[in-house]
Amino acid sequence: MNLESIPIQAFLIVSSALFCIGIWGLLNSRNAVRVLMSIELMLNAVNINLMTFSSYVDNNLIQGQVFTIFVITVAAAEAAVGLAILLSLYRNRVTVDMESFNLLKW
Amino acid sequence: MSIAITTQIICFTILSLVILIGALGVVLLESIVYSAFLLGGVFMSVAGLYLLLNASFVAAAQVLVYVGAVNVLIIFAIMLVNKKEDLKPINDIKSRRIISTTICLTLLSLLIRVDLTNVWSLSSPQNSIGEESTIRIGEHLFSDYLLPFEVASVLLLMAMIGAIVLARRDVMSKDISTGLPVDQELIEKSSEPLLTNKN
Repeated sequence: MNLESIPIQAFLIVSSALFCIGIWGLLNSRNAVRVLMSIELMLNAVNINLMTFSSYVDNNLIQGQVFTIFVITVAAAEAAVGLAILLSLYRNRVTVDMESFNLLKW
Repeated sequence: MSIAITTQIICFTILSLVILIGALGVVLLESIVYSAFLLGGVFMSVAGLYLLLNASFVAAAQVLVYVGAVNVLIIFAIMLVNKKEDLKPINDIKSRRIISTTICLTLLSLLIRVDLTNVWSLSSPQNSIGEESTIRIGEHLFSDYLLPFEVASVLLLMAMIGAIVLARRDVMSKDISTGLPVDQELIEKSSEPLLTNKN
């Protein structure tokens, strides 16, 4: 093999697979904590994508890395608020089953 | 990057295997505690991928924020809500599984097709700035990304206050307008203590 670096497609495929695993978990989990974890997986897949393009396409002004920093910030805020909502749901319903949270269902 | 290409490929293969298998474990394992710890492993491996992409600052931020904060928060939440309960069966679970799996596989094949068929216009050999990237990120954050940076700080403050308000047990003890004590039954349902009925 006479590659000079890892092909960009390898990173992109890993991130696509991670994103799809995250979507599958989001759609199929019944535990609310697992849903939050799946969202984190999807955010990480997006971050890998941003970092890959930042390194391969824009390696001088690494704007993708700045975007990744912002995504990490928003993900931390999202996890904190999501888990607080989950705790207050649990206090009211005494369950974390996603199927039992149907108050807003029409 | 000064590491030889063979070493890079070996590291990349190991890291991506850990990421994908760990992610499958996160969504498929029965025990939520194992899922949470596997999630920490996935985050660490993603930080390793960032190191391969020559972004040491973002890798450090990933470890600090995701493994140090988000994952610990998730483990705490599991500790607070971890009660064995029998989930009610859903009657059309099988068709749901089939539909969602089909959607995910279709999306995956679409994305992989785009990845493989598109002709990427890549710039010159990667990593021309290397270790200078931290300085460059700092310059970005205080020049052209200054407004998003400040907005992010406001967002973090809002998230902190919101999380405190949402997770606090007694929302208000007195009504603001009348001064009478608030009916706490409206705010939280009375329930038996959770620790005693554990067998």
